[in-house]
Amino acid sequence: MKTFKGRPVVAGTAEATALVSHGGFNTLASFQHSLMFGDKAAKCGDQNNPDLYQKPMAGVALCLPQTIGSTTGGMVLYCAKAMGRSPSCLLFSEHIDSLAAAGAVLAAVWSDDGGMPTVDCLGDEFLAAVKTGDRIKVYEDGTVEVG
Amino acid sequence: MEYKMELTPEQLAILNGEKGETMAKVLKTLVLYGEAFGATKMVPVTGEMGHLVTSFGLGVMKPVYELMDKLIADGCVSKQKFSVDPKPLDKNVPSDPIKNLVFKKFMYSAQESYDKQLADLGLLNSDAYTCTCYMDEVGNKPKKGDVLSWAESSAVVYANSVLGARCNRNSGIIELFGSICGFVPYFGLLTDEGRKATWVVELKVTKKPEAQVLGSAIGMKVMEEVPYVKGLTDWIGTELNGDATAYLKDFGAATASNGAVGLYHIAGLTPEAVEQGESLIADGVKTYVIDDAELERVKASYPVIWKNKDATPKLCFVGCPHLSYAQLTEWTNNVSDALKQNGRTKVSVPTVFTAAPGVVKKFREDKELSAKLDATGVVLSYICPLMYMNNPLAEKMPVITCSNKLRTYTSARYYTSAEILDIITKGVK
Repeated sequence: MKTFKGRPVVAGTAEATALVSHGGFNTLASFQHSLMFGDKAAKCGDQNNPDLYQKPMAGVALCLPQTIGSTTGGMVLYCAKAMGRSPSCLLFSEHIDSLAAAGAVLAAVWSDDGGMPTVDCLGDEFLAAVKTGDRIKVYEDGTVEVG
Repeated sequence: MEYKMELTPEQLAILNGEKGETMAKVLKTLVLYGEAFGATKMVPVTGEMGHLVTSFGLGVMKPVYELMDKLIADGCVSKQKFSVDPKPLDKNVPSDPIKNLVFKKFMYSAQESYDKQLADLGLLNSDAYTCTCYMDEVGNKPKKGDVLSWAESSAVVYANSVLGARCNRNSGIIELFGSICGFVPYFGLLTDEGRKATWVVELKVTKKPEAQVLGSAIGMKVMEEVPYVKGLTDWIGTELNGDATAYLKDFGAATASNGAVGLYHIAGLTPEAVEQGESLIADGVKTYVIDDAELERVKASYPVIWKNKDATPKLCFVGCPHLSYAQLTEWTNNVSDALKQNGRTKVSVPTVFTAAPGVVKKFREDKELSAKLDATGVVLSYICPLMYMNNPLAEKMPVITCSNKLRTYTSARYYTSAEILDIITKGVK
């Protein structure tokens, strides 16, 4: 088991299976199909992301560098959370970007269940170590256990 | 709750519920959002108008509309007028009865009620639906130094880079919250430090780069960082005229959608690069050299996700982001001339040009130009091509475009502007 320490952007605890994107995560391209057409598993629709394309995102520990793309991103993440199709937690190797931060904060402030635990600044070594399918445990203080 | 940000007594009172629970949550969202980036304070929004990214009444996005209803019911409306992204529907755009049914009854079933919500929240007017709100014909054009609370990635990058305004890459909902409060957290692209370039891009090409491919290459490389581009003025000049700003609009949209660029500097052209030169470049900068081969490599890397890659195109979109008046005029003349050269009268692929309602109106006032376009068979619309494409029916259609943004978010296949002109004005196989 490996342990990494990041910064809790939205503090909380979670246990889930890792889904890893090594490239920027395009929130709109990834979620739009799922939100529009009732795909509760939220299979990733981003054709430009070979790590995630067609893989289910609901309930996973999404491990990523940052999010990219349309500025609907935060709103889309908030909707995914409110509709029960979001990842269970967001784990960023880099500093969180403005769109993902918006989504994480909107989900935390406006959702009834406290939102998605979100940790950033986990470092490149985190993204190098974690593999899709690994078990992930997230703690309130931003500690992330892999494996 | 303890906040790290320095807040005024008025802001603290709002957080403590003096203006109601909803307003407290609106401000709490902005504070927590700013604190994620180390913002030390809020600064006033000084731009005259806002711009929202969410223009579509997708029936399934109930959480957003419920939130809007709550804002309106509790009097939390925008302190400034705002424009908003283009509408997703236009009866003039080629469709069929099944698509119309899917669009109106299922997908965009909340469009009318959402349009009403936007009007209640502070929409500028019923023509203010465009991603290019900064066009003169629309009127939401910020001044240099204005602090904005905008979203829409292509508009934000244009306002920052070409107009010299200051705006973070805000998300949908966050931008509205800034317009409601009248202030935004001070961080990132609002600060002098955050506007410094961390990448230098050296252009070493032998011909004018396609704006949409050059922007895509830079976006994919620098992600959300700020590039300082050298060598582009050799191809687009040193004056921010109509041609240069149109080029930068398309270039910027590609940097923002293929990456997450919120600001770029063009050496010798954009306002801050002209004023400050290379002092805008941060220490420890990285370098990206782009030559003809690199642009070819990037273009060749775009996946084609059509089921039949050799399918005959069924629809073509030009204008994502919306065309400027000058671009619309140029495309009209180019299509008309090319059809004549090819011995044809109408385009061979159903084609839609998109522009802001104000630009469409001005274009239609020129009867000669308007008739020239109509004679080619091209449809002129205010629609958002991206929203049109986001459904299983359109997704299965072989659609072509010269927009890298549309390519990124949909199944549309990318071609350069010259290739598109060639395809639509010659017979298709």
